[in-house]
Amino acid sequence: MHIELAALSPNLLSDFEQLTEYPFMVQALEAGTIVAVMAGAIGWFMVLRRQTFAGHTLSMIAFPGAAGATLVGLPLALGYFGACGMGALILAVVSRPAGVGRAGESAAIGTVQAFGLGLGFLFVTLYSGQLANLETLLFGTFLGITAAQVKTLFWIALAGLALLAVIGRPLLFASVDGAVARAAGVPTGAVALVFLLLLGLAVAATAEITGALLVFALLVTPAGTAQQITARPARGLVLSVGLALLVTWLGLAIAYFSPYPLGFWVTSLSFGFYVAVRLLLGPRARPAPAPLGTPA
Amino acid sequence: MLAHEFMRNAYLAGSFVAVACGLVGYFVVLRSQVFAGDALSHIAFTGALAAAAAGIDIRLGLFVATVAVAMGMGLLGDRARPDDVVIGSVFAWVLGLGALFLSIFTNGSSGENGTAAVRVLFGSILGLSAADARLAAVIGALACLALLAIARPLLFGSLDPEVARGLGLPLRAIGVGFLAVLAIVAAEATQAVGALLLLGLLAAPGGAARLLTDNPWRGLALSAALALASMWGGLALSYAIPSVPASFAVIALASGLLALAALRSWSRPDLPGAPGRVTAVSRIEA
Repeated sequence: MHIELAALSPNLLSDFEQLTEYPFMVQALEAGTIVAVMAGAIGWFMVLRRQTFAGHTLSMIAFPGAAGATLVGLPLALGYFGACGMGALILAVVSRPAGVGRAGESAAIGTVQAFGLGLGFLFVTLYSGQLANLETLLFGTFLGITAAQVKTLFWIALAGLALLAVIGRPLLFASVDGAVARAAGVPTGAVALVFLLLLGLAVAATAEITGALLVFALLVTPAGTAQQITARPARGLVLSVGLALLVTWLGLAIAYFSPYPLGFWVTSLSFGFYVAVRLLLGPRARPAPAPLGTPA
Repeated sequence: MLAHEFMRNAYLAGSFVAVACGLVGYFVVLRSQVFAGDALSHIAFTGALAAAAAGIDIRLGLFVATVAVAMGMGLLGDRARPDDVVIGSVFAWVLGLGALFLSIFTNGSSGENGTAAVRVLFGSILGLSAADARLAAVIGALACLALLAIARPLLFGSLDPEVARGLGLPLRAIGVGFLAVLAIVAAEATQAVGALLLLGLLAAPGGAARLLTDNPWRGLALSAALALASMWGGLALSYAIPSVPASFAVIALASGLLALAALRSWSRPDLPGAPGRVTAVSRIEA
């Protein structure tokens, strides 16, 4: 993919100049920054709400969206956002509390995910263009992000974060103690739906850069690390966003100087931080999670 | 249709893979371990590509990677049910590794390697040789036997862990053993429907069976039957309409069956699995 590998020198300043020499790299850094802030913040709530599996399913649904858009000749972004928005609505329906219990719910989510991926594969097969495109859809690329894309991402992230700020307090309340929040008059159902839509938005924006399979590295790992370190919401959110930014910037910089893909570096860095924090703090830092079999 | 050798191979391997997936999938749903199954299916992808990048048999990579990770998850996790943030973080990284192996593999040599990745991700059941199909059938049958051997204590331990522990059942060992069988089935099914789609064959028949019956033994049989029906129907559909990939047809049928089961239980609140109805299974979950 790289035409010519850049040479890394011991002088960090000249490395940085080299990094920002080309506009494509500047745009990748800008887009990465926007996406990391959004994924870090929304991911923190996702981990708090134990909706990791739903988040993963939404990121998988991004793939058929993009493949379908390619098939009918629509812009990719439309495919990503359309599919993730629709996926969020479907998940909201199948994961209603009046549904079939937690086991039934996760079976339904898993089926939605596999069906979505199968649909994506069908679209790619029907398109029968070069399959190199498939790899980009699944694993992402930071090459060729346009200035217009960065601008769109910026406004989407701004709108998403504004909405998150509006529902932040009731969302936190409903996530920590759903029953009490409901009793206190918080519309927990509506809050849950808005959050799933926000999650879809974050996933779609992230998937454009990291590809459908690696969204998770920015959504779940920084947030999981932050929740290992602190249980306080404000600090945890800042920490989660900070970690997401750090792994994105470092990942982009390393990927620029190495022949290996961005996704590998971003996932490895964030996983490295997670393991380091767990080893340093031990599992006690986080309140003991409920076993998976109990309702959240 | 069965006059073609590749269809006969596909039916032979597919039948055993489907029955194994249906049986294991019922327990996966019952034990709320769908997310663990999801993670294992992605690990299958990385294992296969690592083997491909190293130039050894893909199947070896598949089995070694899934079984090793399943044992790790089982031993680390509390009561062999790992936390979902742990699973999520681990398999985000494992997928990143997969991306690395894919890039090494596709850069290393030319042309057809791109399709190898697609085969791992989305399956290649119509491309199995007779020997491959026979091996897949044998492994599938062995996985079914292993599961049926531990089915009784496993069912007991899944439905009522407190009482089972009180009676002295080794729940931890059973949990780890189950994850190992799940790993073998996941690796096996990767060859049929692909790493990305096998979750559907695990979760959909099991979920539908849970909705249709409260009796765990009947549920187990029903889950296997639904998986088998999806596999046979999907293969036939893909043969009839060549532009539809076999793995998509199988998953689409399985998803459709789950949707029908959900509709039935929503429209008939007196049936098993309906909201508000207290059953042996739902009581344990609550």
